[in-house]
Amino acid sequence: MKKQIAVIGLEMHCELKSNSKVFSGAKNSYSETPNVNISAIDMAFPGTLPVVNKKCIKDALKISLALNCKQPEYMYFDRKNYYYPDLPKGYQITQMDSPVGVDGKIEIEVNDKLVPIYIHDVHLEEDTASLDHYFDTSTIDYNRAGVPLLELVTEPCMHTAEEAVAFLEHIINVYKYLDVSDADTKKGQVRCDVNVSIMDEDSEDFGTKVEVKNVNSLGGVFNTINYEIKRQTELKEAGRYNEVEQETRRWDEETQSTIRMRSKVDAIDYKYFVEPNLPKFKISNEWLKEIKLEIPKLHLERKYNYINNYGLSSYDAGVLVKDKVISDYFEECIDLGIDAKTSANWITTQILGYINNNDINISDLYLTPKRLKDLTDSVNKGDISSKQAKEIFNKVIEEKKEVKDFITKDNAQISDRTELEIIIDEILSNNTSQIEEYKNGKTNLFDYFVGQVMKNTRGKANPVLTKEILTDRLNG
Amino acid sequence: MNKSIKELHELLINNEITSEELIKESLEKSEIVQEKYNAFVTICHDAKSSAITDELISGIPFGVKDNFSTKGVLSTGSSNTLNNYVPFFNATVIERLFNKGAVMVNKTVLDEFGMGGTGTTGHTGTVLNPWDKTRMCAGSSAGSACAVAAGVYPYALGSDTGDSIRKPAAYCGIVGYKPTYGMLSRYGLFPFASSMDHVGVLSRSVEDAAIVVDAMKGIDENDMTTWDSSHINLTESLTGDVKCKKLFYIKELCDINNYDNPSDELKLHLENFNKTLELCKDLGVEVKEESVDQKVLNAIDSVYVVLSCAEATSNMSNLTGIIFGPRGNSTNITEMMKEHRTKGFSPLIKRRFVIGSYVLQSENQDRYFKNAQKLRRLIVDIMKKFFKEYDGLILPVGTGPAKTLVGEADKLDNNTSALDEHLQIGNFGGFPSITIPNGFVNNLPVGVNITGNCYDDANVLNIAYALESKMSYKGQIAKEVK
Repeated sequence: MKKQIAVIGLEMHCELKSNSKVFSGAKNSYSETPNVNISAIDMAFPGTLPVVNKKCIKDALKISLALNCKQPEYMYFDRKNYYYPDLPKGYQITQMDSPVGVDGKIEIEVNDKLVPIYIHDVHLEEDTASLDHYFDTSTIDYNRAGVPLLELVTEPCMHTAEEAVAFLEHIINVYKYLDVSDADTKKGQVRCDVNVSIMDEDSEDFGTKVEVKNVNSLGGVFNTINYEIKRQTELKEAGRYNEVEQETRRWDEETQSTIRMRSKVDAIDYKYFVEPNLPKFKISNEWLKEIKLEIPKLHLERKYNYINNYGLSSYDAGVLVKDKVISDYFEECIDLGIDAKTSANWITTQILGYINNNDINISDLYLTPKRLKDLTDSVNKGDISSKQAKEIFNKVIEEKKEVKDFITKDNAQISDRTELEIIIDEILSNNTSQIEEYKNGKTNLFDYFVGQVMKNTRGKANPVLTKEILTDRLNG
Repeated sequence: MNKSIKELHELLINNEITSEELIKESLEKSEIVQEKYNAFVTICHDAKSSAITDELISGIPFGVKDNFSTKGVLSTGSSNTLNNYVPFFNATVIERLFNKGAVMVNKTVLDEFGMGGTGTTGHTGTVLNPWDKTRMCAGSSAGSACAVAAGVYPYALGSDTGDSIRKPAAYCGIVGYKPTYGMLSRYGLFPFASSMDHVGVLSRSVEDAAIVVDAMKGIDENDMTTWDSSHINLTESLTGDVKCKKLFYIKELCDINNYDNPSDELKLHLENFNKTLELCKDLGVEVKEESVDQKVLNAIDSVYVVLSCAEATSNMSNLTGIIFGPRGNSTNITEMMKEHRTKGFSPLIKRRFVIGSYVLQSENQDRYFKNAQKLRRLIVDIMKKFFKEYDGLILPVGTGPAKTLVGEADKLDNNTSALDEHLQIGNFGGFPSITIPNGFVNNLPVGVNITGNCYDDANVLNIAYALESKMSYKGQIAKEVK
């Protein structure tokens, strides 16, 4: 058999952040207690009407712009009609004809290489209620009904599970940078449908597409794709490719396999039509421009900027851009004039260490970029040693004081040659026997003298200068 | 209770009558009307009087079609699917009337969820015409029309998706007005076909209709299709001065020679309509004849059926009996929904759901649904063009007086003439449209309709007001002739 390549397309649903739901005034918030964040609209009581949340539209447009999609001239919604217990209205308000973005293209990084990904469309819709099934009953929780959901549909342009997962991680990071979603897979905020087919490497004809629905973790996506590639390839190898059907399957965590749900022949006809209760409205260019201005530089652009313009390693740059607040902190340091590498070192070691150990957010860290600047300036001026700087770092945070409060005359590094010479000469005059031994070849006593100087100055003697003077005195 | 709102308000202010007395009288009349014509789903025996304020409607009773959500009061849509549903919120228009001191005394019968034009398909049975019990009130606002005509109160709320306010108003000899789409909030109105659903009022005078709509209109943050009408005061716009106004009628609908075998009632109805046109001219209104392609006129009803059934099948998908309404008896959720819907809906509605689903199916959408949408646009464009030149379209309502109940089952494939269905134009375009009584045929009332351009409600109402003053049917109460 010829070598097979996989063709993968993703549909990624992600819950958006907002105060209220996308078409109702109920709170958009995750809650363990069922049915607390609900309104009459979310439960489709007769006579209720949807009212669109402008913030959600704005965020959806922001995503559309950030993914280089084309935006429609007019915004309107469609009804997707089907019956299911988690869908109280009997239809979902979504976007079919005029989605918030189409024909997007982005580049993602897969194993340090840039790979283009093509986006078919992104559209805004409402989430369904959530169902829990027990032995002989099922319960419905409407907290999630009407939560804003952004669905992103890619073209079938990916070829490996690594690529698909890298893409999802990339998008999750984009959403976080845009501050439109927490994109927390643990809370079920990201859910994917995965489309997989295989084809001969040199062929131009796509194979039979299998859709795997409701894959709710990145690991699940990875495993689903590899499982399907293996399953389809094995069937093809065995000459049974006709058994690969155009169908909908689901990923089963327990058995780590995909299970058939229904054939495409039984696909539901959703009977789409325009939602009449939400009047069509024009998206002005002015509004789009305004939204565009709010889009920050995204992580990949920042990463390359750090590598190419600040000389950071790919690894360090990667660590810094992983979280926008960290990256923002770094950039603030640069803006304040702290050396890029110095900033990166401080952040990737001391600062990340501290905030991880103490489980706090960098934006809540008392040691602001301004204070870090005071600290690094003091090191540069030679007022303190780097060792002292690390101590002061902790003291500033713990005592909530300024850097200068810890650099008094008392504890400032002694870098004045004359001052240091006086101290050293006095120590030497009290240690004549040790000098004798040293001169007789016990050279490791040099460290003893350094230690004495440090002890005498309580560690404030400039170590380089100390060694210089000692060498001069002892060998002279 | 057979007086106008302003007359009642005067009496109340001068302490010649109290709100309690009005409500008591209204409730007593409700009982009689229920007994005779079966107009109500619920009579609110515990209705409380309210303080008399500067608001004209304060302290005065009114009725509400049972497809409006009323807090704490059974709201069925005249359907078995909601025969036990007591909402926990008021429709916006109801809330506004309550805030101004109006007192709801009953909920009126309709054709199930407004889907019907006979008043015979509600789950509590047929509503009889108060002029002639062998005839229908038409629908779907049958109970509201019946009760207002019978003098239970000066006005009742209705809803109008095809002609559901304006047709029964004509058959019961009263006024029926649906304002421009979005002037009144639909929040709390059980939807039938959202793009054509209108809230409106049935009353015994144009002025009363204006007063009530003034009290309800305005932007509602719960209904995105509402618009700001704060610059419009309908009641104050009723000057009666209509000199130099221009009306047109459609030749194809009004020319008796256009009908193959016209009934006597149709002949008399059109003769009477021509008399009304003469009255318009007497008022200084210019009346002209215009022509519309017969093919377009004949398509109106099909367009209406396709679009309204499509929207209805989607709008009523929330009726599963899971959250509200009687729950189906099964352990399987699909079977539960199935039983609720199979038992709950009447055959007529199920038939419409099937049509609605059919025209929306992906393989049929272009042929039926999308084509109907195009035709709707075409019809609206034709009207808008006329409205550039004219203040309104004047036409007779229906083919004569109320139809008899025997053998008049409301079927969709009835070979109805365009004359019976033209009021749907008002719903296609969201146009303001008002029916007023304009005489009698065989001792039964008939009506005339004036429809104008969107947002031109004040003008349309003023023409109707002037015409009403030239005739003697204002404030008339139904007298049983049979």
